[in-house]
Amino acid sequence: MTASKALAQKADAHSVLIKPQRGLVGLDLGELFRFRELIFFLTWRDILVRYKQTLLGGTWAVIQPLLQMFIFNVLFGDIAGLSSGGIPRPLFTYAALLPWNLFSTAIGEAGRSLVTNRNMITKVYFPRVVVPLSSVLSGVVDFAVAFVVLAGMMLYYGVMPTSGILGLPFFLLLSLVTALGVGLWLAALNVHYRDVRHIIPFLTQFWMLATPIAYEANEIFDRLPQGFEWLYALNPMVGVVEGFRHALVGTPIYSTGLLWVSLITSFVLLVSGLIYFRRMERTFADVV
Amino acid sequence: MSAYAINVEGLGKQYRLGGKVERYRTLRDSISGAFTWPLRMLKGELRQGAETIWALHDVSFQVRQGQVLGVIGRNGAGKSTLLKILSRVTEPTTGFAEIRGRVGSLLEVGTGFHPELTGRENIYLNGAVLGMKRREIAAKFDEIVEFSGVARFIDTAVKHYSSGMYLRLAFSVAAHLEPEILVVDEVLAVGDAEFQRKCLGKMSDVAEAGRTVLFVSHNMSAILRLTEESIVLEKGELVYRAPTRQAVDYYMASGLSQSGERIWQTEEIPAEAAPFKPLSMRLRDTQGRVVETVQSRQPLEIEIEYEIEKPIQGLRVGIYLQTMRGETVLTSFDTDDSAQYEKYATRPAGRYLSRAEIPANFLNEGQYVLGLNASSFRVRRYFQEERALAFTVDAMGAPGMQWPELRQGFVRPLLDWRIEQVEAVKA
Repeated sequence: MTASKALAQKADAHSVLIKPQRGLVGLDLGELFRFRELIFFLTWRDILVRYKQTLLGGTWAVIQPLLQMFIFNVLFGDIAGLSSGGIPRPLFTYAALLPWNLFSTAIGEAGRSLVTNRNMITKVYFPRVVVPLSSVLSGVVDFAVAFVVLAGMMLYYGVMPTSGILGLPFFLLLSLVTALGVGLWLAALNVHYRDVRHIIPFLTQFWMLATPIAYEANEIFDRLPQGFEWLYALNPMVGVVEGFRHALVGTPIYSTGLLWVSLITSFVLLVSGLIYFRRMERTFADVV
Repeated sequence: MSAYAINVEGLGKQYRLGGKVERYRTLRDSISGAFTWPLRMLKGELRQGAETIWALHDVSFQVRQGQVLGVIGRNGAGKSTLLKILSRVTEPTTGFAEIRGRVGSLLEVGTGFHPELTGRENIYLNGAVLGMKRREIAAKFDEIVEFSGVARFIDTAVKHYSSGMYLRLAFSVAAHLEPEILVVDEVLAVGDAEFQRKCLGKMSDVAEAGRTVLFVSHNMSAILRLTEESIVLEKGELVYRAPTRQAVDYYMASGLSQSGERIWQTEEIPAEAAPFKPLSMRLRDTQGRVVETVQSRQPLEIEIEYEIEKPIQGLRVGIYLQTMRGETVLTSFDTDDSAQYEKYATRPAGRYLSRAEIPANFLNEGQYVLGLNASSFRVRRYFQEERALAFTVDAMGAPGMQWPELRQGFVRPLLDWRIEQVEAVKA
């Protein structure tokens, strides 16, 4: 008798009412918190799986940005002769590639995540946001590994971080927020329109060129007519990359006002992404 | 506080036919769709009934806490849709369902398993997907591993597992979830007899612990054994609710059970069946036509078609004949005859037909199921499917049909009765 009573109490704690949802649905943060372990496990799985059965394993997290850096230096530094703002060019490029790679991997993985995890989505309930969120978070480990290499490079070139380094966690968060915002949009769209998987590589490439990785942000800002600089800052990754460079190698930020533009765009992307995702969520299992 | 674990009211789920068939749209379809929209609206082609289907329509029922309820229905009757709504995978279109308790389901065996990860890693991952806390999984880890019987390979990537091992591990995780409400779907259709026995055992444990169970199966004998009450779904609607025995009879009477020829698609055949490969199984009447209803007074031919990719020693291919309720009538193998057994001691590679005749005046009227088994005794079972082919026996003209009554028993032979008058008594 007491056993069944305890069971009934436990059951009450998990009571749910299943009914059709209409209109806008809020993001149930409490529920997301209850599923924190699932977020952890999916992130952990993505990390484990990423380098399984590869020869070089986690070393790829270092090789990739190093090769990119090398190519960029030759193309934009040696050949095009662009300025690196008085910072050793390898450092200049690498500091920007850190957040960029975090971002580009995250949107790629998150964009495909719902489709790759189709078998889970069609069989078990959990807040669907967990899936793209874990994809974004799993990139942080690669980021950390690549970051250690940067620290080594800074020692080698004798560049000491300034007080700006305190802003680093903030800019890291900003890059994750941006990635999640874009990732949510792509993931939800990809469920209905598989065109997205063809768009992602192209989008990433285009976006990279529109982000001051191989060049200084000034190059673009200075070319825009007076009063229209905000157009460039609409790319939230401009703010992220400028912030990272400022925090790590101490380059000045072009204008705090424009940083705000990037910040607001990131935020708008995240909120609109969440709204769209939640709206589409209820049909994921039927369509994916 | 109500005593219901599940309360379903007017639940309905509508699917757009296009959405289901096409799976996904491309951007171009949507864009061109947007342009032709005004035109289609003028023509009145939009949102017509023909475009949609009710997979579940106006279903209402309650399940008491601690009750084991059977759900019976043909494929496409809405069973899976109902379970998907109750486990919150998909949303209903109309109505609501109140659920009191954590829902765990055995339809999601192996969900989230990743082939590259080891058994150990997958236990944690799968547990988390099913809603277990890390502490819970850690506490039950040894138990799960022991139940699965794959302890030796626990640190091997599951892509190296045989499908049987994979399934056992997956089931073990699901079985150790302790939900207040358990949903079981067709899981018993997979795996060997031993595994099925384990599943059923685990289910009765769950029921005895006072938990609520929703049991969906094609296995009528299992439904009869494990549930006291059942609901019958038909074309998305709940058509019957009664004590299980009555519900099963109702379902049988409505002729909704599967029947016809059984043809195995390549993807249905488990990898461990090789080198045996079942192709098809069918029934033929005296004229050689493939039939699903046979006359009791006529002989009936069972034909099994299969391929052997490599020579097999001591192979026997045979049938189980069961009633729809799962009572076995007979078991028979093509090498039962010892001369035949000697002749086919090793069966060379090739395509085969094994045929057997069920004599006239043998089976009583009713519904039967044929199962297929291919094995080498005490060596290996290559393939088994207990419910491969259903058929109906019609008693028209059978012995004793002059009396219109239901005759008990599985067989209805015309026994060689001799009647003699021993002594005449004067009237």
